[in-house]
Amino acid sequence: MILWFTIAQIVVAVVAGVLCITIGLAGRRPGDVSVGSLAVVQLLLIAQIVVAIAAPFAGNAPVGDALEFWTYLVSAAVLPIAGVVWAFVDRGRWSVVVMGVLALAVAVMTYRMHVIWTVPAA
Amino acid sequence: MTEIRPSRRITGIGTVLTFVYAVMALASTGRSFVQIASRFEQAPVPYLLSAAAAVVYILATIALLLSRSRSWYRIAWVAVLFELVGVIVVGTLSLVAPDVFHADATVWSRYGSGYVWIPLVLPLFGIWYLASQRKKEKR
Repeated sequence: MILWFTIAQIVVAVVAGVLCITIGLAGRRPGDVSVGSLAVVQLLLIAQIVVAIAAPFAGNAPVGDALEFWTYLVSAAVLPIAGVVWAFVDRGRWSVVVMGVLALAVAVMTYRMHVIWTVPAA
Repeated sequence: MTEIRPSRRITGIGTVLTFVYAVMALASTGRSFVQIASRFEQAPVPYLLSAAAAVVYILATIALLLSRSRSWYRIAWVAVLFELVGVIVVGTLSLVAPDVFHADATVWSRYGSGYVWIPLVLPLFGIWYLASQRKKEKR
């Protein structure tokens, strides 16, 4: 993993999460802002997948458990899609809160991925 | 002609609860998959329990999503209570017998501290939500 990219990704996911939860609780229905912010989180996850495939060839191989890392990355990459799909199924304000919660989950999982990548497996 | 019929699917704040359950289902399934795929022989019993926890999280997610229907509502109660008992029993065992139920064993180890205690708090929210739905039905 590339440290600055990972940090940027976590920051974006946290901002998207807090933003969606706030405007969702304020009564906003799913719209460009909430769905758009989730789309950005999703794009960064896809970029992270590309980075994780490419990095070992550039001499940046994971120190920790690669299987565990990929399980986290693939799971995280499903979450924003699930949130956006749900926003189309249920167009109420709680769907915006759901998207926010999922973005925060992505942030936590990205942090865990960083730990797994850098700390040797037990 | 389209007929409007009441949906079995829930709406409102319950969807947030359901999605938190969905994230926990995904997290515990992922963890269990890694444990069984890479080091099952090291601790078969805790890792099987870990898989059981994952299955019940998945069941709870589906049951909560469909909890407007009577039978799924009942299954939701069972699943949520199972999670509560699991986190209390395994959480306690992980402190009393740390060599068997070490921190890595299940999502419930140390009362779910590795998951910011969400596994401990979530069943309580689930019980609150299911109880509030029952009141609504009686009215």
